[in-house]
Amino acid sequence: MSTTTAPTPATPGTAPVSVRLRGIGKRFPGVIANDDINIDVRRGTIHAIVGENGAGKSTLMKILYGVQPPDSGTIEINGTEVTLSSPADAIRAGVGMVFQHFMLADNLTVLENVVLGAEKLHGIGGRARAEITRISEAYGLDIDPDRLVEELGVGARQRVEVLKVLYRGANVIILDEPTAVLVPQEVDELFGNLRELKEEGLSVIFISHKLDEVLTVADEITVIRRGTTVTTVTDTEGVTARKLAELMVGSQLPSPSTEASTVTDQVLLSVRNLSLPAPGGRPLLDDISFDIHRGEVLGIAGVEGNGQAELVEAVMGMRPGTTGTITLAGTDLGPLSNRARRESGIGYIPEDRHRHGLLLDAPLWENRVLGHQGRAPSSRHGLIDRRGARDDTLRIIEEYDVRTPGPDVLARALSGGNQQKLIVGREMSGDPVLLIAAHPTRGVDVGAQAAIWQHIKNARKEGLAVLLISADLDELIGLSDTIEVILRGRLVGTFDPGAVTPEQLGSAMTGAGESA
Amino acid sequence: MTRLVTLGLGILAAGLALVAAFAITSLVLIVAGDPAGEVWGEILSWPESRNLTNIINNATVLYLSALAVAIGFRMNLFNIGVDGQYRVAAFTAAVVAGEAWLPGYLNTALAILAAMAVGAVWAGIAGLLRASRGVSEVISTIMLNFIATSLVAYLLRKAAVDAEGSNAVNTKPVPEGSRIGGFSIGDGPGEVYGFVFIAAAAGFLFWFVLNRTRFGFDLRATGRSTTAAVANGINVNKMVLATMCLSGAVAGLVGLPILFGSQFSYGSTFQSGLGFAGIAIALLGRNHPVGIALGALLFAFLDEQSNPLQILVGVSPDIVAITQGVIVLTVVISYELIRRYAVRLEQQRVARALAPSAPTPPPTSGPSGEAEEVKA
Repeated sequence: MSTTTAPTPATPGTAPVSVRLRGIGKRFPGVIANDDINIDVRRGTIHAIVGENGAGKSTLMKILYGVQPPDSGTIEINGTEVTLSSPADAIRAGVGMVFQHFMLADNLTVLENVVLGAEKLHGIGGRARAEITRISEAYGLDIDPDRLVEELGVGARQRVEVLKVLYRGANVIILDEPTAVLVPQEVDELFGNLRELKEEGLSVIFISHKLDEVLTVADEITVIRRGTTVTTVTDTEGVTARKLAELMVGSQLPSPSTEASTVTDQVLLSVRNLSLPAPGGRPLLDDISFDIHRGEVLGIAGVEGNGQAELVEAVMGMRPGTTGTITLAGTDLGPLSNRARRESGIGYIPEDRHRHGLLLDAPLWENRVLGHQGRAPSSRHGLIDRRGARDDTLRIIEEYDVRTPGPDVLARALSGGNQQKLIVGREMSGDPVLLIAAHPTRGVDVGAQAAIWQHIKNARKEGLAVLLISADLDELIGLSDTIEVILRGRLVGTFDPGAVTPEQLGSAMTGAGESA
Repeated sequence: MTRLVTLGLGILAAGLALVAAFAITSLVLIVAGDPAGEVWGEILSWPESRNLTNIINNATVLYLSALAVAIGFRMNLFNIGVDGQYRVAAFTAAVVAGEAWLPGYLNTALAILAAMAVGAVWAGIAGLLRASRGVSEVISTIMLNFIATSLVAYLLRKAAVDAEGSNAVNTKPVPEGSRIGGFSIGDGPGEVYGFVFIAAAAGFLFWFVLNRTRFGFDLRATGRSTTAAVANGINVNKMVLATMCLSGAVAGLVGLPILFGSQFSYGSTFQSGLGFAGIAIALLGRNHPVGIALGALLFAFLDEQSNPLQILVGVSPDIVAITQGVIVLTVVISYELIRRYAVRLEQQRVARALAPSAPTPPPTSGPSGEAEEVKA
């Protein structure tokens, strides 16, 4: 599927390397964001970097754009090793970045936006205007320097961002999820622009998780999983979205659930016709219906951003504007607040534990209270029961093998896996009937991963209904009793995890067609 | 053990900030050609009992102001409007107490409640705007300060009574039976405000509500992470409104020690600017009731001790205002430095504690770290 229509100035694979990353590593306390990343981006190519959210793409790009220094590894740009300690360094080295969220001042003209911060290059008057016009024509960007930015559409604004980067002399351009904000026609236009850029000998680094787009435009594709480069595809001919999806999510199987089925015929969670309209676009959730029975794990498979997060938030009561009914063990959850829903028996392992699951600067026992403020053993009569909460934290530390010196340690000081085990322990207390687990093993080490899988299996055995959302297909296949595939906010297929292969799920997830 | 370390680091941070602020002030003195040694000698001498009384009284007022600010800070709300809130509240209390609808201390209690209610409403406007429309409370409380100043000046004309032989504009005086008596310390003249006990009680309540109640937990959780609060069933908008109202209610108390202890009426010369000092003291006291008490005493001490500077060493007492301003900056920097150090310390401690029993697993990249062949 390589771009045979566009005549490439140099054959990919032989052109000189403009960006060479070797052994890039970056650690945050408790998390390894990047580990031994190796990438070669060749001049005059579009190099896509794909991976699930949280795989380490954005950390890598921040390193390449000088926002964060790497802990290890080397960066070579156009043959010279460089140290990038700020975006200014990166710009000097010829690296430019177009962020997903535009950084333009609406009430200024294109010219003013472009020269802002780069006044020294070509002044702010006629010379700058001439240069902008020259760049615009050279790369077919079709930009009038004197228009106000607020009059421009999204696609044009993005081109202004690209122009800003070119104006500053970049020959390596990073685009972070550039198509997320565009409608299909604009995507085609953008791809046309990118092809012009590469024909002029620039290197484009294109970050995305939309596989079909990547295959359309990229000359080379690097897949990142769990912070490391899995592989680089140098010849996109014959590569399918399915194959890429498989590489992205991995094929390491969790110890498959050999236990006998515990599914009963008693429905605990019933979702009917759940929809979430989005203003001026296709709905985020579109007429979703499913049941989860006592003792059943329902897995939701899907490429990130197809409505999984919205589905969870709708069930948790965090999304105003949803329509349809959600019933938990006979109780209509519709009118209940988030807290009331939790107290009626939902345990919730959120997707982003740092932003939604924990108070990082609070001790563990206060994190035990979080979300359980209204219940024993966390509180009594409106007062926080410190002793009760601490004792129960000790129980969780013991039962869930949270590696910590004690309950007074700040949550921030624990590793990701131990933070997650604490969350699982907290959510399993208070006798939930439904456990919602969103990416429960994302960013945790192997040992914690196995432990968390075991806890989910135990929950199932104890008769909970479990809603499992994961980007890791093997995790889904290993744990689920039923798998539903979500695509563009709709459930598009039901699979039996005993019979399905990751390839089949992958093709359903990308809408590639047949679900054999 | 860890508690001791935390406390030690807290004291270290405050000490660092004060030393830095004193050093910068000394630099200003030296550059301006003033005798830095003599100035500090004068300021840092032990106050006489008359001064001590003034210090405690001033600190009481500053304490309440800082407490009001700290309530907001604990939820990441910046209530700059304490200044306006205490003025509308003190004015209201003066009018209510002056009218004396109820006898004796009932009148006092009613006036205090009225002041708290008005303070809460005034701050609640900013809370409501923030919760319903997302208007930054920083902007709205500053605006409300201006409105408060004008509103009180306007209403004061209506409520004022003429005092013989004076052109001061004052509300009706609080009747004798409704005043809050003080007590003497040492042998000097002047009395310590009886209100100091109410302030101490407010400090205790602050600690209790924040650290022991569900409401306080929700408040602190929201302050630490709004996203986590939302995901865990806390209605953040309701918390914003409640916190602003609470902050305003405490702000309503700020002017009352003066009203019931020394001035007995609200006039055009009523002390202003207390709200801004409160912001600095809340920062210095790390939003903790005991820390704030120490901060308030320090600020009051500096104010009092700077009074004779002009006469004794010929230096303007405004130098102390410079010190107080610089403290705000050094405090922010030193607390952040110490916080980062504390986090590192904690992480090392955890790593050490876990090392013998469970060696940290080598940094693997996941179950399938090895690069795979691509059959492309």
